[in-house]
Amino acid sequence: MTVPSVAERSGLDIDAPPVLSVRGLWKVFGPKAESVVGSSLTRKELKEQTGCVAAVRDVSFEVRRGEVFVVMGLSGSGKSTLVRCLTRLIEPTAGEVLLDGEDVRKADHRRLRELRRHRMAMVFQHFGLLPHRCVLDNVAFGLEIRGVAKQDRYARAREVVALVGLNGFENSYPDQLSGGMQQRVGLARALAADPEVLLFDEPFSALDPLIRREMQNEVIRLHHEVGKTMVFITHDLAEALKLGDRILIMRDGELVQVGTPDQVVGAPADDYVRDFVSDVPRSHVLTLRWIMRPPQSGEPLDGPELGPDVVIRDAVHAVLSADRPVRVTDGGSLLGVVTSAEMLEVIAGGQDR
Amino acid sequence: MTAASATTSFAARLPARRYLVALVIAFWAAGWVLLRGRDTLALGGAELTPLHSWLNAAMDAIDDSRNSNPIFLYFINYIRLFLDEAVTFVQALISQPAMDRPLPVLGWLGVVGLATAIALLYGNVRVALLTAAGFLSFGVLGLWQESMDTLALTLTAVALSLAVGVPLGVWAGLSDRFHRLVTPVLDFMQTMPTFVYLAPLTLFFLIGPASATVATMIYAIPPAIRITAHGIRQVSPDTLEAGASLGATSAQALRHVRLPMARQTIIVGVNQTIMAALSMATIAALIDAPGLGQTVLKALQTLDVGTAFNAGLAIVIMAVVLDRVTSAASRRVEAARRAGRLRTVRGRRLEVAGVLGVAAVLGYLSYTYVWAAEFPIEANLGSYVRRAADAVSLWAQDNLVAYTDIVKNLLTNGLLNPFQTVLAGSPWWLVTAVAVAVALLVGSARAALVTAVGLLLVVVLGLWQDSMVTLASTLVATVLVMLLGMVAGVWMGRSDRADMVLRPVLDAGQTMPAFVYLVPILGLFGPTRFTAIIAAVVFAAPVAIKLVAEGIRGVSATTVEAATSAGASTWQLISKVQLPMARSAVTLAASQGLIYVLSMVVVGGLVGAGALGYDVVAGFSQHQLRGKGLAAGIAIVVLGIVLDRVMRAATQRADQAAHGGSHQH
Ligand SMILES: Nc1ncnc2c1ncn2[C@@H]1O[C@H](COP(=O)(O)OP(=O)(O)O)[C@@H](O)[C@H]1O
Ligand SMILES: [Mg+2]
Repeated sequence: MTVPSVAERSGLDIDAPPVLSVRGLWKVFGPKAESVVGSSLTRKELKEQTGCVAAVRDVSFEVRRGEVFVVMGLSGSGKSTLVRCLTRLIEPTAGEVLLDGEDVRKADHRRLRELRRHRMAMVFQHFGLLPHRCVLDNVAFGLEIRGVAKQDRYARAREVVALVGLNGFENSYPDQLSGGMQQRVGLARALAADPEVLLFDEPFSALDPLIRREMQNEVIRLHHEVGKTMVFITHDLAEALKLGDRILIMRDGELVQVGTPDQVVGAPADDYVRDFVSDVPRSHVLTLRWIMRPPQSGEPLDGPELGPDVVIRDAVHAVLSADRPVRVTDGGSLLGVVTSAEMLEVIAGGQDR
Repeated sequence: MTAASATTSFAARLPARRYLVALVIAFWAAGWVLLRGRDTLALGGAELTPLHSWLNAAMDAIDDSRNSNPIFLYFINYIRLFLDEAVTFVQALISQPAMDRPLPVLGWLGVVGLATAIALLYGNVRVALLTAAGFLSFGVLGLWQESMDTLALTLTAVALSLAVGVPLGVWAGLSDRFHRLVTPVLDFMQTMPTFVYLAPLTLFFLIGPASATVATMIYAIPPAIRITAHGIRQVSPDTLEAGASLGATSAQALRHVRLPMARQTIIVGVNQTIMAALSMATIAALIDAPGLGQTVLKALQTLDVGTAFNAGLAIVIMAVVLDRVTSAASRRVEAARRAGRLRTVRGRRLEVAGVLGVAAVLGYLSYTYVWAAEFPIEANLGSYVRRAADAVSLWAQDNLVAYTDIVKNLLTNGLLNPFQTVLAGSPWWLVTAVAVAVALLVGSARAALVTAVGLLLVVVLGLWQDSMVTLASTLVATVLVMLLGMVAGVWMGRSDRADMVLRPVLDAGQTMPAFVYLVPILGLFGPTRFTAIIAAVVFAAPVAIKLVAEGIRGVSATTVEAATSAGASTWQLISKVQLPMARSAVTLAASQGLIYVLSMVVVGGLVGAGALGYDVVAGFSQHQLRGKGLAAGIAIVVLGIVLDRVMRAATQRADQAAHGGSHQH
């Protein structure tokens, strides 16, 4: 099967320069970390021979403006380390991190602080709120640190508190709030500085499933409203598929695959990813593009028309109720056809491919 | 190093360690029978060795150079002046006649008002009432001025200790390197028996408030540093990282994240500092620090139980009040945070202004009118307390004598005398050899080395026999502490109810200044070395009990359940499961207990304990015995270090045995 070209769900501008561009990034924990960079030994061998842990090894990717870029992998695969390397909360061992073309690794302390204060903000798994400050003061903390006058920072803090739906809780203290609400405070704190890029490190892993879903929807809503670029770390595939414009899959510190959700599900790069996505109902992720076939001669080509990026699940009714092949068209030109046979194969037999 | 490890592995290969220890002890007993009384290095109470005389001369030389040596002229004398001035200033405020007045600036009414106001503003109504009652009781006991002197010394020392300790603690919290550097120093400051550094201090800061303040600070600074550092270190790394991700500088992280989050812990540190300072401020009476300690000390020396009890009671009350107020203050920080901004800043300001206003009025009254300045004579009930205590003591000594004598004789003849006879009656080289062998067997090669060097040093100090007598008392008291610790600790560890009942008692026991333990025991047993031993046991037991209880509680519930389901009886459960599994906690309890005992056995020199304790005390009062007193102090420290090292090595061995099987093959 041919791999379809990158499906642009959100219509991002592919040609614009990326906001964030990471090249050949390494992070090695342990003695003489530099000497390990470039090694091709496995993590286990490295650990035994040098005592070092290669948490991130030779990872490169680009994040486009306005995109939700998800990094996914099992626990210990190096996701947290990777995202911390972006703002040097963990100092990378080798490689480049470019933010709008500026090399973050070359920034001195002052410049780095500027960058953290204005351009990138992070939301943490365990919230990291200040227990001795009320919600408003927590949200205003970042502004206070960069010296914004009291009036202004409270005004801005109230704005974002409203944005994340915490009206009425301005004067509550973190330990008086539920986990979900606390993470809203964390979100508001990150938003308050109006950064270009928002980084999330498994922000919802500590929450109950119901609350988690609510917060995911919240992120989607915020993304629509404020349109920030987001780098979102998760170990939950469903979350990744739900939020991500593109997904980067990591294993043992290495990049295994980058792609749109339907690419990851439809064309797993290796058995590891295949295993990972095997439980995903393919019809929920794949689009018609993935199952259409060229029309056979003699087939009637006057059936209903659908776009190539329609998710299969949403096309079921139209295809099954039509008495002839459904045409997949893009701007008038015919790309292929889909019939109930292809639909049923995906829905019924999709698991074992 | 290779030799040491070779010995260790050699020792590890020997068959059963405990038989070897038994063998060594048997060998010692045989040696004692044959060589009894030879080479015991006895030295009479007033006898001096050349070293002692030389120390005397050296101390005299230091005395003489006080006004010529530049170190004194430009450094120590200034510190002394500053400290003297600081204490005198606080004394002028609350305890001593000052500024051409026959009375201090603040009279009793003013002090009570101010103290209550502080308790109210930082604590709550309950502790404010307790404070008022407590402070009034100082006057009622007839000890107003003495109490205020103690308070003045304590507060000055606390202020200075915090001024030094909190910044250092913050530093130690931020810097791993400084933390590593300062920890052993603090360990040493805290294990050194307080008694020991008093005399040398007077050499540099003279007898009086300056020396007392320095001594108190030495004792009170370690908890300030330790607890502050702990508070700074325990701040959640998640929160710190969040701060860093927002671009906080390290100064901002300290100010906005670390310090506020460590605040409650730091106030606990303030509490510990105050308690330590009070404890030491009373003991500093030995170098003429004014206050309640003086009263207790004089009474102890004349065996006046009533007066000692009266003053001891005032010390206890002061300890309780200070402890309650600071604890309430630390809880208030937490409560205020939780309550959010229920009360407005304005309301709080009004409250502060009102309370301080009342206190100011009371202060003004006490400044102006004699009735508010001098505690009314008619309210002085101290003599009743004294007489009652005397009566109880007499009654106890008369009527309980049958029982106390049984205990006393049993312990003296059954435990103390045999220990002492064997330790002090054997040749010094035999004891040293046996001690080194035991240290090697139960501890490590390094512990054996420390033992050898330490004991030789004791010989050189010329105080071998006194040291052995003190050691005997220490060991007996430690055995008793451990018996108590095991029984009460196991009980506490197994029963929540026992824990609930015992814990507050033990907590209270630990906050009391060491001095006051001597009083009731003196009342019960009269002045003997036995009194000192019991006081030491009472002093050390809380720590040991708590540690054992913690160890027992730490045994996994699943293991206990498994043993129970296998049909183990309660006794089997304790002896075969819980105690063996808590072995490292038990050894830790023993080593901590030992250190506590040692410092108290020495204080027991005041009530007839003799030996090293007596040498130290005599050094305070008699000029020609100063050198010997100093040597005795050093001997105590050496004994403490040796015992500590051996116990630590034994603990480590027990830990290894508990965690990694007996040894790897
Ligand atoms: N400070 C550290 N020192 C040593 N090893 C570390 C450190 N932080 C993370 N690691 C190791 O790096 C690997 C990746 O960790 P992490 O980035 O936290 O993974 P993830 O977030 O995907 O669970 C793990 O094997 C972890 O043990
Ligand atoms: Mg992680």
